[in-house]
Amino acid sequence: MTVLAANPVDVAAWGELRSQLNTADSNRKAELLANQARLARRQIIQMIDGAGQGHIGGDFSVIDVMTTLFSAVLNIDPANPTMDNRDRFILSKGHCSAALYTTLAFNGFFDRAELSTFMAPYSALNGHPNRNKVPGVETNTGPLGHGLPVGVGTAIAAKLKKTGARTFVILGDGEMQEGSNWEALMSAAHFKLDNLTAIVDRNRLQQGARTEDTNGLDPLDEKLAAFGLEVREIDGHDFVALLKALEPSTTGKPVAIIANTKKGKGVSFIEDRVEWHHKVPSKDQVVQALEELS
Amino acid sequence: MSAPTANSYLIDGVELPVFDNRVAFANTLIELARTDERIVAVCNDSVGSSNLGGFREEFPDRLINVGIAEQNMVGVGAGLANAGMIPFVCAAGPFLSGRATEQVKADVAYSYFPVILCAMSPGMAYGELGPTHHSVEDLSWMRALPNLDIVMPADELQTQQAVRWAVDAGRPVYLRVGRHKVPNLVADGTPFTRGAFVEMTSGNDVTIIAAGSMVSRAIAAVSILKQQGVSARVLNATFIAPLDVEAIKKAAKETRGIVTVEEANVAGGLGAAVASVLGTLEGASRVPLRIVGTDDWSPTLSTDALYTHFGLTAENIAQQVNEVLARD
Repeated sequence: MTVLAANPVDVAAWGELRSQLNTADSNRKAELLANQARLARRQIIQMIDGAGQGHIGGDFSVIDVMTTLFSAVLNIDPANPTMDNRDRFILSKGHCSAALYTTLAFNGFFDRAELSTFMAPYSALNGHPNRNKVPGVETNTGPLGHGLPVGVGTAIAAKLKKTGARTFVILGDGEMQEGSNWEALMSAAHFKLDNLTAIVDRNRLQQGARTEDTNGLDPLDEKLAAFGLEVREIDGHDFVALLKALEPSTTGKPVAIIANTKKGKGVSFIEDRVEWHHKVPSKDQVVQALEELS
Repeated sequence: MSAPTANSYLIDGVELPVFDNRVAFANTLIELARTDERIVAVCNDSVGSSNLGGFREEFPDRLINVGIAEQNMVGVGAGLANAGMIPFVCAAGPFLSGRATEQVKADVAYSYFPVILCAMSPGMAYGELGPTHHSVEDLSWMRALPNLDIVMPADELQTQQAVRWAVDAGRPVYLRVGRHKVPNLVADGTPFTRGAFVEMTSGNDVTIIAAGSMVSRAIAAVSILKQQGVSARVLNATFIAPLDVEAIKKAAKETRGIVTVEEANVAGGLGAAVASVLGTLEGASRVPLRIVGTDDWSPTLSTDALYTHFGLTAENIAQQVNEVLARD
């Protein structure tokens, strides 16, 4: 099996975008990030078209958050993905692997050409991410409710080792129905992990129905605050708001971001429709989607 | 007869003192942690039952007690390992292996993090507390996970060796740390080798393969069998995964039957593992096998009485040996 390695061209492109973002004003930052996310959405739809399967709705709701993190926020080096003091990014909603793989490849962690093997026989790019095969993946996710406890562990380790590293975990909102997340939130607050940010992709849909019709989460902000988190609620597609919300804790508490998003964001006929959790677009729909994302 | 008491175990007419392996576990862990800052302990409100009081006193920051939350506990262990720490995740066996099975699968074994999962007081150590507090299913569950080493030290020396080995193993480990007291039987200087059984007695009529708390009972059975003119080899299954396939094949070739003994359910533990090897052998090598372990919910009894109830005694092991040889 091929071991995926960093692609120097895209590592350089990542560095270039990062330096542009460092000096740009807010409007320009939002513009640069929106363009990067638009290209990522185009890539994702082509991967799902090629594989004949995938989770397009969640990929599109979360890609703006992920793009912002990798392009502008995370202290990482795509050419040295196991750098000791790196920030940790954990995609707890592992079914949105196409969004993660695209983000990693766009930032040079491995060659973009590999993306065409998404879910193909023996591909490193499984339906759910495997850290032993894909550089930049921190832990294997897929079953829900696993990423946040692991993130609590990496945040505690950063405190013990005094590396200053931050940990970011993206969770699905439906995933917040898993009890293990609340175990992890309780301990994050107890251990005063102000270096941990949990981001809930609040698209209000889960596989079978709306979250509030399934096992309601509201008032999610009050619940998270009651568990001892510093809660920031934003529009998860507003890049300026995202950049602000992803800043470090100001209270000594771990941060919870409720990112209000639209499942399927960016393509009119996919947006906010429960059936697009893992529906695969027809050839005509692929053409239309790419047009909307051009 | 080899009637055990609280403070000794009788083998071949000699009363041997017995020890709680959690003590050797904690002492070794503390000793290693003094010179290796990567070592941390994670537990679920089990500072006392995991015998981590001394560790907490010396390394308060490196004892991470997540409270009664086993799923989070195992995930936290994986995260610590991600960041280069060496976490010993300690909890009573039933809750570590049962409540957090999916975390052990996805976060530790499949993610391949060097987490040492320490199943404290495994088997039926909690006696009258009953099946909810017994960990006899763990070997079946854990054996199904690729990349997870399963280690069952038989006494103090092997417990110390296992802890030292695990620190350097760099891979996922499930370590059973016994609470029910057992005598020290493994000779000083005996090597501790990943995936290798330890031969405790040589013998050429029959082989008894025993693990953890059952090794002393197998050796007590040897003295009974000696009086009956039967020469028994005892293999101490210190590792159940990876399995010492060569030692099993050798036993099948050189002796006329095999009896396995484990403080675990027979559905998928040591005996099942041995059977999976024996079943593939040809003709005369496919010697008869008896698997001694538990096969039902335990009634309200002390640990020792449960051993008797399920036939985990020297007398029953000797009896099983005789049945195996009669079938030969």
